[in-house]
Amino acid sequence: MTTVEMRQVETAKPGQPWRATPRERAFAIGNFIAAFLLAFVLVKFTGLNGKLGWVFGFFFSYIAISFVAEYARSGKPAAQDSLLTSVSRFAVFIAIVPIASILGTVISKGWRGLHWGLFTQDMSQATVNDPITNGGMLAAIVGTFVMVGLALILTLPISILTALYLTEIRGKFSGVIRFLVQAMSGVPSIVAGLFILSSIVYPVTQQYSGLMGALALSILMIPTVARTAEEVLLLIPNDLREAGLALGATQWRTVAMVVVPAVKSGLVTAIILGVARVIGETAPLLLVSGGGDATNFNPVSGPMGSIPYYVWKSFLLGGTEESSQRTWAGLLVLLIWVMFLFAIARYISSRTKKG
Amino acid sequence: MSTIAPERGVPSPRILVTKPRRSDQFFRLVVTLGGLTSLLILGLILLFLAYRGIEVIRMEGFALITSSDWSVVEDESGNVVSQSYGLAAMLVGTILSASIAIAIGVPIAVLSALFLEFYAGKKIRGILVSLVDLMAAFPSILFGLWGFLIMMPSAEYWAKLLNKYFGWIPIFDVPAPVFTRSPFIAGVVLAIMIIPICTSISREVFSQTPLDRIQAAYALGATRLAMIRAVVIPFGRSGVVGGAMLGLGRAMGETVAVYTVLNIVYQVNWQMLFGAGGNIASLILLKIGEADREETNALMAAGLVLFVLTLVINSLANELVGRLGKTGR
Repeated sequence: MTTVEMRQVETAKPGQPWRATPRERAFAIGNFIAAFLLAFVLVKFTGLNGKLGWVFGFFFSYIAISFVAEYARSGKPAAQDSLLTSVSRFAVFIAIVPIASILGTVISKGWRGLHWGLFTQDMSQATVNDPITNGGMLAAIVGTFVMVGLALILTLPISILTALYLTEIRGKFSGVIRFLVQAMSGVPSIVAGLFILSSIVYPVTQQYSGLMGALALSILMIPTVARTAEEVLLLIPNDLREAGLALGATQWRTVAMVVVPAVKSGLVTAIILGVARVIGETAPLLLVSGGGDATNFNPVSGPMGSIPYYVWKSFLLGGTEESSQRTWAGLLVLLIWVMFLFAIARYISSRTKKG
Repeated sequence: MSTIAPERGVPSPRILVTKPRRSDQFFRLVVTLGGLTSLLILGLILLFLAYRGIEVIRMEGFALITSSDWSVVEDESGNVVSQSYGLAAMLVGTILSASIAIAIGVPIAVLSALFLEFYAGKKIRGILVSLVDLMAAFPSILFGLWGFLIMMPSAEYWAKLLNKYFGWIPIFDVPAPVFTRSPFIAGVVLAIMIIPICTSISREVFSQTPLDRIQAAYALGATRLAMIRAVVIPFGRSGVVGGAMLGLGRAMGETVAVYTVLNIVYQVNWQMLFGAGGNIASLILLKIGEADREETNALMAAGLVLFVLTLVINSLANELVGRLGKTGR
């Protein structure tokens, strides 16, 4: 008898109490619709108008309505909680809109200006207001490559040594150097340009050149590379260092043969982040590299163009349809480079995290 | 059975030295010198800017930062008749536009960081974090031209709206209905530029909140808001303030983005919706091409002022971010 009864008792089904019930869903949708109606009223009868007016009107009314509804349903703490939820959603939305807008406008306006000649011709035979098929960005791309490459060569030893000092030697200057590297990352880019101008260009060389641009860029690059390199070096377990020393290696051999090879991919990430930091730097290059329209491979003589300079010149001297196409095409090329570097850095760091 | 070890064959103990070998001494020297390069570079920047600017600083004295007159008057033959270099308008403009950027950007950044850390699902969070980090890598020229060509019309619309309803507050008043290229618009562009940095710093700070405290708060029946107020904010406050100040430093030193969207006028202007303002960095960019020797020196002095200003703010900011975790319950 008892066994039969027990069979009849239903076993509890695994529930999902965190899932929204139909009633909760209806409540949320109701809030949404009410907010929409209120936004309609706001746009109709106040100064708000246009797309932005709609968006803001909707969000303000959504925040207000969900607060009131939640207050009526569950009381004050729940209402305050829902207030933070909706406000922070709104904030993320505002933060994302400019990114979407920038990506959208640069791509939609820039791709029309792209053509093959952009990468095979320079601007020495063309002005910014010529048809877009005349001239291209060759000088700019070459200049950016030469300057960023040179800056990298200058930056790399300094920043790796700085990172090694902070992680391997940990001498008595550690605090000071860490502080200074952080302070250096806040140096405004134009000050870097002014410094090169005042210390080298005016008193010594008296001419603008790619090398000067590279020097200015490396000032901006050192802190980024050094800090990233320090972070990856700190991730190396101390066991590796101790193992190296226990095998009888000197400190320098341990660092060179064990520590640095172990962070190779991290150092590559540091380099990429450094390059991404300076590739679009405009102000210092306007000050010290001169900005040429002819392709120039020699960094020590003659002005040198760069992608930001190309964009800047098309923007300032133009005013025609052609120059605006040039500006956007230049920005698109720059954006593609930044996104490419960013994607590589992401890929490398995600791969190392898994391994 | 003797326990005495045989006398032969016992190796003599190794001589232990704590002094590093020659190669290590050399290595340490090279690394230390490399590490001190940052000190050298910062010192040289200070030295050279001061060296070039000292003449002007002597000539102007305190007028360099209290007067707002920046002019060089020449006669017909090109000789300089009179010159005066005052940075007050530019300083006010720099501080004004950077403060607007902070006032708009930081709340958005902190709330976004809270959303990303405590509200967003895993997938959405990954996408949004990548987007925000990507935006932090955007060059400033991109923000500047986008701000000038795309954002300015809508920012102008908001400026007019603000003026219409809040015009009775002095800072929202305008002497003439000129709303283009105002400090407000520069501030909005700068806010958009600093949001990614502030967001990622705040997010990092929030993510270090000890999990046990968070769970303790939930276990006591706290809502998310109560948990954030009681645990996350006290823990991360100094870090968030530091992140905001890093943003402030960046906003003050910004050149190209401000140059494109701000109308540079040598007149102290606190009315943020009015189309007249300034910024030390963009003044330098504007003037350096056509400046004679004396004016170049004055620009170096301006650069020195900017350098010192950002250095102080950044040092404070880093101090605050570094102090994280020692406060809080």
